[in-house]
Amino acid sequence: MILEVNGVEFQYRSKEVLRDIKFHLKKNEILAILGPNGVGKTTLLKCMNAILKPKSGTILIEDQDVLKLEQIEIARRLGYVPQRCECARLTAFDAILLGRMPHIKWKITTEDVMLVEAILKKLHLEEFALRYIDELSGGELQKIGIARALAQNPRLLLLDEPTSSLDLKNQIDILEIVREIVKRDNVSAIMTMHDLNMAFRYSDKFLFLKNGAIFAAGSIGEITPGIIEEVYGVPVTIQNYMDIAVVIPTL
Amino acid sequence: MNRSEGEIARRYKEHTDRKTTYILSGIVLLCVMLVMSISVGAADIPPLEVIKTLIGHSISDRWGSIIWNIRLPQVLTAIVAGAGLSVAGVVMQSILRNPLASPFTLGISNAAAFGAAFSVMVLGTGSTHTLVGDAVTISNPYVTTAVAFVFSLLVTAIILAFSRYRGVTPEVMILVGVAMSSLFTAGTMFLQYFADDTQLASIVFWSFGDVSRASWEELAFITVVVVVSIIYFTLNRWKYNAIDAGDETAKGLGVNVEQVRLRGMMAASIVTAVIVAFLGVIGFIGLICPHMTRRIIGDDHRFLITGSIVMGSLLLLCADTAARVIIQPYQLPVAVLTSFLGAPTFIYLILKGRRM
Repeated sequence: MILEVNGVEFQYRSKEVLRDIKFHLKKNEILAILGPNGVGKTTLLKCMNAILKPKSGTILIEDQDVLKLEQIEIARRLGYVPQRCECARLTAFDAILLGRMPHIKWKITTEDVMLVEAILKKLHLEEFALRYIDELSGGELQKIGIARALAQNPRLLLLDEPTSSLDLKNQIDILEIVREIVKRDNVSAIMTMHDLNMAFRYSDKFLFLKNGAIFAAGSIGEITPGIIEEVYGVPVTIQNYMDIAVVIPTL
Repeated sequence: MNRSEGEIARRYKEHTDRKTTYILSGIVLLCVMLVMSISVGAADIPPLEVIKTLIGHSISDRWGSIIWNIRLPQVLTAIVAGAGLSVAGVVMQSILRNPLASPFTLGISNAAAFGAAFSVMVLGTGSTHTLVGDAVTISNPYVTTAVAFVFSLLVTAIILAFSRYRGVTPEVMILVGVAMSSLFTAGTMFLQYFADDTQLASIVFWSFGDVSRASWEELAFITVVVVVSIIYFTLNRWKYNAIDAGDETAKGLGVNVEQVRLRGMMAASIVTAVIVAFLGVIGFIGLICPHMTRRIIGDDHRFLITGSIVMGSLLLLCADTAARVIIQPYQLPVAVLTSFLGAPTFIYLILKGRRM
């Protein structure tokens, strides 16, 4: 088991945002956190690497409690890709190299540089290596963000709406990359998502949030149209198209 | 595209080597300017004699005395103050993630100027002495400096306290800084309105930043503060890069963003406060030098910090040298010239769009 989350609660000022969150994740698995806007998906993701401190509960990553680790120790185990990344005038290489920060003592080593090169190749970003990131498109930037998180050498990737504001081709590109990394590199991933069809296509497990608590969780076979209707307030049907579950609203 | 192993790494190394070359060229230029700057002024000293004197082979006692007692401390003060103001600007711009952040836009300099005016008016530290070539002096420069320092620290404390109270967002810090800046400007104007001729002259004299004021002891003090802050900023260079990528990315990389922001602001403010308190208000350097450097070598703080230090030193030294030469045998306060020199250079860089 790579991740075990038990009884996580989060409060913002006096407002309860997350209640009794409980789930686990195995190696080489992708979990999609789903639910309507403002339900606490991003908050939950941020609690996973202690960017936000839960009020109670435990988060074990490979049997170590994240909430008792130093922030830098967490960064060596969990790679976080936020929804939006600010663009300084850095080259793509520099931006990815930043992911080595939790491991760098004083100077970057040849290994750091070679690792960044390997990641650039893995994500087919070679041609962007020395381009400044403030000149890149949204899809390319998202790939750089994932590449940076990979440079942290994480056990678990946390992706906050990795496909929002991307076109169809880029959405597929990004999710294919995530799936490839997870299946090949012994990493697991948690993604918050809005697009149910993309989530069904690329994730192994699903976690539906409603009113700050888990409403339903499981693999694709366990997700029923009723769950989706309850969570989003929209009646749907789930059809099978070439072995891919497709959600169609029936309004 | 199939590239051989290590090719990207090699190209990246060339890329970073180029930045190092830019910085080294800047340092060489700075050394040349140092000699040139010492050699020009009311008494021209040949550059070769300057070098000989500096390495202890002086021929003329008179030149030796001018160099050691007047020119060298002034030139070194310009270099150190330029470096300090510029590096403070770089760090403020990064941690507040705002290109307009600088010691001046945040009100620290204006607070110091108000402190000096307050000292002159209320504590009576200003007076007039008619000396050749120097019409006004501050009768008690140490009290004036100390009060200026206290006020610049006060504004820093207010900005930090507000940001603590409202949550440390960069916007809050900038807005409080802007408010403080106009508050202290108004305060200074208020004092000036009620000042007599002597006091007014003293206040105005103080507010013209000038690097020729510092004695060797004062220079030593400023240098220690600037060097310590540079070491601190350099140690944090990766963290500033991370914050540039956004607070959330930085936190995900293990950076305690709030702490880095608070400490960085404090360090940058103290450097500014010390420089402004001893030398008066020198505008422009802290705002523009970092941007000029960014244009040339990008935003990577591993290079940007050193690059800005060199750029700040170079610009303030050039400005000070020009201030000495333009209306010989008189000397203009350097603050007048920093903008004259810096603004066109900056605009030129924007137009040319020079980027690596």
